[in-house]
Amino acid sequence: MAKYYMGIDVGSVSTNIVLMDDNNNIHYKKYLRTQGKPIEVLKKGIGEIEDKFDKLEVLGVGVTGSGRYLANIIVGADIVKNEITAHAVAGLNVIPDVRTIIEIGGQDSKIILIRDKIVTDFAMNTVCAAGTGSFLDRQAIRLGVDISDFGKLALQSKNSVRIAGRCAVFAESDMIHKQQLGHKQSDIAKGLCEALVRNYLNNVGKGKEILPPVLFQGGVAANIGIRQAFKEALGMEVHVPENYDVMGAIGAAILAKEEVKKTGRTNFKGTSLHKMDYQVNGFECNGCSNLCEVIEIKEDGKLLARYGDKCGKWSNIINDRDFKLA
Amino acid sequence: MKLTFPHMGNVYIAGKAFFEELGQQVIIPPRCSSKTLEMGTKHAPETICLPLKIMIGNFIESIEKGADTILLTGSCGPCRFGYYSILEKNVLNDLGYDIDFVVLDPLREGLKPLRDNVYKLFKAKNFMDVIIAGKIGWQLIKKADYLIQLSNIKRAYAIDSYEVDSIIDDYYRKVEKTFGQKAMMNLMDETMEKLNRVKIKKDYQPIKIGLIGEIYTVIEPFVNLEIERKLGHMGVLVEKSLTPTIWVEHHVKSYPFGSKTERQKYRLAKPYLKTLVGGHGRETVGSALYYKDRGFDGVIQLLPLNCMPEIVAKSILSTVSRDFDFPIMTLILDEMTGEAGYLTRLEAFVDLLRRKKEEVRYG
Repeated sequence: MAKYYMGIDVGSVSTNIVLMDDNNNIHYKKYLRTQGKPIEVLKKGIGEIEDKFDKLEVLGVGVTGSGRYLANIIVGADIVKNEITAHAVAGLNVIPDVRTIIEIGGQDSKIILIRDKIVTDFAMNTVCAAGTGSFLDRQAIRLGVDISDFGKLALQSKNSVRIAGRCAVFAESDMIHKQQLGHKQSDIAKGLCEALVRNYLNNVGKGKEILPPVLFQGGVAANIGIRQAFKEALGMEVHVPENYDVMGAIGAAILAKEEVKKTGRTNFKGTSLHKMDYQVNGFECNGCSNLCEVIEIKEDGKLLARYGDKCGKWSNIINDRDFKLA
Repeated sequence: MKLTFPHMGNVYIAGKAFFEELGQQVIIPPRCSSKTLEMGTKHAPETICLPLKIMIGNFIESIEKGADTILLTGSCGPCRFGYYSILEKNVLNDLGYDIDFVVLDPLREGLKPLRDNVYKLFKAKNFMDVIIAGKIGWQLIKKADYLIQLSNIKRAYAIDSYEVDSIIDDYYRKVEKTFGQKAMMNLMDETMEKLNRVKIKKDYQPIKIGLIGEIYTVIEPFVNLEIERKLGHMGVLVEKSLTPTIWVEHHVKSYPFGSKTERQKYRLAKPYLKTLVGGHGRETVGSALYYKDRGFDGVIQLLPLNCMPEIVAKSILSTVSRDFDFPIMTLILDEMTGEAGYLTRLEAFVDLLRRKKEEVRYG
């Protein structure tokens, strides 16, 4: 019987699930588009795993990503970790002496500095998402190019066009202007890649000491145009790991392994959870002027969790009940 | 005269009891909520810093409850706070509210206006009355701050950290129905007793984080998205570099010399920043070093978006962090701040500190 650790990364754009053995080898990876329906996508992903593996024992589960708390409620995770730690752990697993990790996802971009295998500093994009995958997505649509061909197109260019990349909307205006001047599409694509990299290094990477080896992970690492632009801007080799798109999930699986070794048991509810019916209800609490939007999740009619309130009026009810049940 | 003043953390608890003791009618704005922020954002200039937006919201909500006089401290320092009273008066006048402003400017701006304002405010006839009332207020502020710090300590050590939250929430609810200094003191004593009964973990060594930065964002929990609670639930011991107590000690009680700790912070900041850069910019740099010297594991700098003094401090802090290998994270707050991303950063920072500490211990 196959024994695996499961890592789940519920992000804004994609939900990733990996199965990893005791030696950190990846045996299964699934990249699903979240499309605003995290619960259904999770159920689908886990259902596929059950179909694919007849006999499967899940030794432990780790969850990460912006939807980690929701995922924890649904699957019963052994460890809930933020993306930064998860990415750092996964990066260290690929290159043990890595010193810089660049991670660009759908709406986040991060830089993680590691010295002697310890995270010493990190930064995330703060008030704006202009240096992330969504920025490229949007411009690709404008250019009428499929996002998966975007990088190839950029590589064809010999002469890039400078595009103002500070803000996604102004970049679009600038790009349209350049199009109307008659610049080649490939030159514009390369210009956009360079704009994104410039923006990343000036915002997220500001004041950070980028030392090799550099790992580049996250969904945007698929784009060879961006890889090239980073290489040129940094003047050093940029490594892209084999499973660059599911690194968060791998990190979560590794952390779950460590956790389960400590506790000796898993909280996982079993792969059959995809057959359960989950209802999500939202309501506005009128208790005070905060008007919190409270969310409640029910599993086959049984209340699993409630959250979203500032004062704990609703979420505390659950805690009390859990205590009584236990 | 129905007096009101803007919210800043637990200042209102002391302020309310203090003015009631003097026979003044006080109207406390409802606790800051999304509605407060929404109203403030709507009526305040778009690019102004966040505290003004919240204050405008506070004032409107107070006026709706019947307040007719607003009390504010001035600053005249090179930071936009110096213009707050003038700007706020204009905004409220434009909205059609006829309202009185009493601004307590620092003494160097002239004794007479300050004295007139104090007499008017405190219904006092001579300076002795003011001093007596001041002593009462000082006791209240100290106690209210101590209570919050106690809750932060208990939360870090508590077996069930949410128990602390429910005690504090209960305390806040009761404050609204408590009148006068004596009753308030009793309520605080009761709450402290409850906090001391919370069961705590034995032999637990929490991570220690200092909160530094702009005074309003450090003190007001609504604005900093309850950072003290969030960190407390992660088992972190939090201490604020600025509290109403520290402020009064520095600006009022030890006038004109300044308090010992704050002067120490100036000294510590000196190799990096010799002069005033407005607001608490210099104190922020000093506080980072102050917490480092006290053996804290890291500090978090909080500032409202486009806060000028703190931007200066922020760029200096990265040098401080490098020089001493001392982790410093900066969090910028405004009405657009998303809570999920905020929590992720806090968690990652705490992870970083934990791993670093373990490395020191075993490595």
